[in-house]
Amino acid sequence: MSLIVQFLIGLLFGSGLVVAGMSNPKKIQNFLDLAAMPSGGWDPSLAFVLGAGALVTYLGYKIVLKRKQPIFDKQFHLPKKIALDTSIIVGPAIFGIGWGLGGFCPGPAFTALGTGSSQAMIFVAAMLIGMIAARIIALKHIGITTSTVKA
Amino acid sequence: MITEFTPFASSIGGTMIGGAAILLMATHGRIAGISGIAVRMFPPFIDHDAIGRIVFIIGVIVSSIVYAAVTGAWAPMSIIGGTSLLIAAGLLVGFGSVWGNGCTSGHGICGLSRLSFRSVVAVATFMTTAIVTAFITHHLM
Repeated sequence: MSLIVQFLIGLLFGSGLVVAGMSNPKKIQNFLDLAAMPSGGWDPSLAFVLGAGALVTYLGYKIVLKRKQPIFDKQFHLPKKIALDTSIIVGPAIFGIGWGLGGFCPGPAFTALGTGSSQAMIFVAAMLIGMIAARIIALKHIGITTSTVKA
Repeated sequence: MITEFTPFASSIGGTMIGGAAILLMATHGRIAGISGIAVRMFPPFIDHDAIGRIVFIIGVIVSSIVYAAVTGAWAPMSIIGGTSLLIAAGLLVGFGSVWGNGCTSGHGICGLSRLSFRSVVAVATFMTTAIVTAFITHHLM
């Protein structure tokens, strides 16, 4: 049951991206291209996705987080870090360069994969390699020894 | 190439993404951040939820197929750049999003809605470098 629900939530998330037009890298690049404003080529749609998404989530989290625990788990897993460090600048800075280059962030890269596009496959493969590399380096860097648990 | 400004569809889509984020918190107690979910499909496993994450990502992948089946057409998608650009962009997006603990969904939707200062800094940073990168590649190269 838990897995079916997780699948359906993923499906809703991805459908939201597609309906919003965010599965099209060109639309992302036309949002980022502020210099196209005078010529009328700027597409501010992404701001509406982010705005509506964050507003709805803000209201929903207020209600949900009042509960003692989630339905399929014993506790809510919220990020514990509050203080700023270099990783919160360096990571997003690198991510932004890649996002600007290809017009793909992780969610839309996965929805693009569903269309069977070979270009999306290449992007996702490279993205997963980058992700795994960052996690391995970060875990060694911080010195956290994670107990290996079978999934 | 010009893309049409779609405030209505994009607000509906954003609301659906927000709905998914709320549901994932209500059911599994998790932040709906795609980069965090994607990287934790792979070892080292620190909990028992790897299969749940794989199933979630499969849901995201098939959504474009479901969209095409419902509407009768694939959503518009034009991918820019050749293989080497896609590999470089993919490596940067993957590495940066995990190094910074989140991407457009984790920091953008979930983090901003939690009024997390770290997420505000992250979003401001990646928006800036992405806009600068788009400017350089569109207008200076």
